[in-house]
Order: sequence, then structure tokens, then C-alpha cells
Amino acid sequence: MSRNLSMFARATPLLFGALFVLGLVAPFAVYPTFLMKILCFGLFACAFNLLLGFAGLLSFGHAAFLGTAGYVCGMLVRDAGVTPEVGILGGTLAAGILGWVFGVLAIRRSGIYFAMITLALAQMVFFFALQWRATGGEDGLQGVPRGHLFGVIDLSNNLAMYYLVFAVFCIGFFIIYRAIHSPFGQILKAIRENEPRAVSLGYDVTKFKLLAFVLSAALAGLAGATKTLVFQLASLTDVHWHMSGEVVLMTLLGGLGTILGPLAGAAVIVSLQSELADKVGSWVTVIMGAIFVLCVLLFRRGIVGELQALIRRSGVN
Amino acid sequence: MEIFGVPSALFGSQLLIGLINGSFYAILSLGLAIIFGLLNIINFAHGAQYMMGAFVAWIALAKFGVNYWVALLLAPILVGALGVVLERTMLSKLYKLDHLYGLLLTFGLALIFEGVFRDQFGISGQSYEVPELLQGGVNLGFMFMPIYRGWVVVAALAVCFGTWFMIEKTKLGAYLRAGTENPQIVQALGINVPLLITFTYGYGVALAAFAGVLAAPIYQVSPQMGSNLIIVVFAVVVIGGMGSIMGSIVTGLGLGLVEGLTRVFYPEASAVVVFFIMVIVLLVRPAGLFGRAV
Repeated sequence: MSRNLSMFARATPLLFGALFVLGLVAPFAVYPTFLMKILCFGLFACAFNLLLGFAGLLSFGHAAFLGTAGYVCGMLVRDAGVTPEVGILGGTLAAGILGWVFGVLAIRRSGIYFAMITLALAQMVFFFALQWRATGGEDGLQGVPRGHLFGVIDLSNNLAMYYLVFAVFCIGFFIIYRAIHSPFGQILKAIRENEPRAVSLGYDVTKFKLLAFVLSAALAGLAGATKTLVFQLASLTDVHWHMSGEVVLMTLLGGLGTILGPLAGAAVIVSLQSELADKVGSWVTVIMGAIFVLCVLLFRRGIVGELQALIRRSGVN
Repeated sequence: MEIFGVPSALFGSQLLIGLINGSFYAILSLGLAIIFGLLNIINFAHGAQYMMGAFVAWIALAKFGVNYWVALLLAPILVGALGVVLERTMLSKLYKLDHLYGLLLTFGLALIFEGVFRDQFGISGQSYEVPELLQGGVNLGFMFMPIYRGWVVVAALAVCFGTWFMIEKTKLGAYLRAGTENPQIVQALGINVPLLITFTYGYGVALAAFAGVLAAPIYQVSPQMGSNLIIVVFAVVVIGGMGSIMGSIVTGLGLGLVEGLTRVFYPEASAVVVFFIMVIVLLVRPAGLFGRAV
């Protein structure tokens, strides 16, 4: 077993290195906008996984952070005329603050109640986005300019935009990776496995949960703000509870609690949606639902989780 | 005549709408509470099952000429039977796992149901005519009340209290409550707990479908009719605390009325007032109004 683990440890930097290079050259082989969509949703799912996969908290309202950051970034860039990086940071900050508010309220209850509370709070954000004039109601914020990064680099060029999104993803992913592989991450896992025990060990469980929640919300916001710049649009779909469900699906499909799983899940779901959208109509929802049911019933470890289990088994033999 | 500066007819009709919405909240949160009690699962498909109830009534009338009164019995039986199949084939595989998997599975099922109905019937709503017997209205002196709306409130309350009576006062209810407390011991006493669980899920689902038939003549019958309602019902459940059957009925009705009142005085807030109350209740009483502290 220990030999297997060290094999993993040696393989991990190689894998990450390969993926990084792949990310650098990918836009020359695949349509950049499609890749940017995957990276934005991948970061969103990774942020969500930090909460569910490592702290065991099922938030069913993460669309609120994605969407709010998108709206804030859009308003800052389009209406206040700031540069894109300020817009992204503003959106991220707004999502973090909203995450703190949600967290304080939701962490009072656990398990299923926690999920329902986050869902209900997110629905409140949805109604605000629907009714407040500044968010554009049904139409959303349209025509958000991509602008010039640091006032210099023109982001209307798809390739420049891609590398910004790739950089944002790498930064976000690195933060999540560091958070998981730190004493903080270990405490989160302890809370997930046995909360009373973590309490009895003297950890302020509420504080750690809240910290994880805020971090996850802010990173989800980072993804949402970036996404708004890419598509030059912030819309109601991003705050609708279907989006909260979609991110759960991406994470579950890719592999709950694995580091790369959510990215894989996001890639599969985004590809499926763009492949199927105009061919099967309403059946997209049915297919998503069916994947959900299959994941829960048959392979709860997800794509990456099953792969890891496979490697582990073959390593033992 | 005016009440707080609002014409009494307007006041009364908004209160009536509130009471009707409250009746739906009450039936739906009651169904959720019953399922949660024994299965420990939040039935995310509840909204979709409510929608299916309404569609069964609509299809029965439009395609087969089956009238409202038959549909009121038929829809809960059909949708409840589908619930029984789902419980036997899928949900029963999850009881040993984290409760969250039940929520996720039923969420997936909700997506499937909604997608299928949207494919078959489109997103535009279908209308369902009020049954002949309940057409027209009565003048209550301070307002005009359509008879059908009064009937909805009466029927919903009757079903809620019937369910309450069954659970609190009958032998079957006693088994159910005991099964909620300690399934192992109840099983050891020779009661078929898996059957009890299946029956419970089927009954909870049937309640949702019954609410759907009641709703058909009032709201548009559309594939999304359940998906936004269910989130309000979740908030109702959080506020009520799901600890007691009576709690979910009282909270459901009460919140419907509060929503109706808000529509009179500050219409913009009526969609979010339930969520605001949820936040306040969470701050003051995290276990909910009727909940036992967990």
C-alpha cells in the first residue's frame, strides 16, 4: 500500500505538469470559447468540491455566488468602467461577502437542513436578480465589454482572453490544492468524518466550516466573474437553482473529494450540453437527470474516483 | 369598507389567495415531513410529483374525458404507485448511505420527470376548467369568493387533518411513529418495516399528486409548476422544523397568509417574504418553530 501511495505521490507532479502544458497548447487545437467555458465551470466545480468533498457540506445554493459575482463584475466593468481585473476582483469579493452571510445562517444546521437553507437563500438572490432593475431582470446584463487587462492587453482577442481564463483557473486551483493539503484541509476532513470528535479535540468546528464556506463561495465567484467577461453576459440562468444542481452533478460525476474530478465532470457536462443542446431539446434535462441517478446508484466514486480505485487495485496485484 | 386603508375586497381576496397557497404549502410540507420521518430523505422530486398529479388530471380530461372527481382519486393512485416503484427499485438501495444521496437521487428524478413532460407538452401552460359543480361564486358581504377556491381550502384541510388523525390516533400511525423512532426494535416486534417504508413513500407522493389535481383549475398546468413551488416549501419546512405533523400544517397555512398580506402592503416583497422569515427564524430558533433541537 505504501508503495502505491509513493507511486501516486511521484506521478502527481508529472500529471499536473502534463495537464498544464495541455492547457497552454489546447486553444490551438480546440475552439477557445469552448475551453474557456470548461475552465470556468471547472473552477466553479472545484470550489464547490472543496466544500462538499472535503468538509462534507452539501450547499445547494452555489449558483448564488457564481451569479452574484457575474452581475457585480458585469456592472463594474460595463457601468462603472473599471478594468477587467478590478471587475473580477470585485465580483470575487462580493461572492465572498455573500458567502459569509449564507455561511453564518446555514451552518447553524447540518446535513439535509443545511442543503435546504442554502437553496432557499439562493432563491432569494434569484428573486433579487429578477426584480432589481440594475440586473436587467429577465434579460440579464448584456453587452459587458471584455476591456483591456491592466489597461493594456486587449481581451477582445479570444486567445488573450483564453490565457487570462487559464491563469485565473490555475490560481484558483492552486489555492484549493494548497487549502486541501494543509492543516486546515486536514481539520476539514476530520470534521467531515467525525464532527463530535473534531469538537472534542478542541477545534472550533463552526469557525472552520465558515472559513471553508467563504473560501468556496469566493472561488465560485471568481469563476462566475471570469465567465461574465468571457461571454460578455450575466444572466438569470447563473443564479437559478438548476445551476446549483448542475455543479453538484459535475462534482459527483467527476469524483467527490478528488482533486481533479470536478474539472473532469465539468468537461463532460459542458461537452454534453454543447453537443446535445440543439439536437435533442428538452431531453438534455432528462439525460442530466439520468446521469445523476446513475451516479448516485451505481458509481458514487465518479470518473476520477473509479480510475483511482482501478489503479490502486492493479497496483496491489 | 376599508381595513388598514386597503379596500376590504382587495384585502379579503389577497388573504384568500394566501390561504389557498398556504393550503398547498401545508399539503406539500406534510408529505415531505412524512417521508422524511421514516426514510430520512428529503424528497426533492416532490414538486415534480405535484406537477405530475396536475398533468394526470389534465390528460385524463383532455384525452379520455375522465372528470375532475375521478381524477382527484386516480392521480394520487397512479403517481403514488410510481412512487412505490421508485422506492422499491432505487431509494431502498440508499438507506445505509449518507442521507444526502437520497436528496441527490430524487433531484435527478425531478430533472427526468420535468424534462419528459416539457418534451411532451412544451413550456406553455395548459388550462383546466373548474368542474361544473364548483363553478360560480358566493358573495360573502365584504368580498366575492369563487366556490372552487373555497373548496380547495376545505379539501386540503380535510386531507391534512385526516392524515394527522391517521398518524396520531390509529394503530397504523402508531407503527409509523415507532418505526420513525427505532426501526430495529419495530422490526423485531414482527412488523414489516420495509413495507411500512414503501407505503409511507407512496402515501407522501400521493399527497403531492392530490395537491396537483387541486391546483390544476387554479394555476396553469405546466412542467415547471412544481419546481419553483418546492423551494418555497423547503423554506416552509425549515421554518416549521419538520418535527411534528401538526407543525407542518400550521406553518404552511400561516406562511401562505403572511405571503398574502405582504402582497397587499408591499407586493415587490411577496416572493421573498417566506425566505426572510426563514432567515429570522434561523437566527432566533435554528431548530424551527415546531422542531425538536437536533
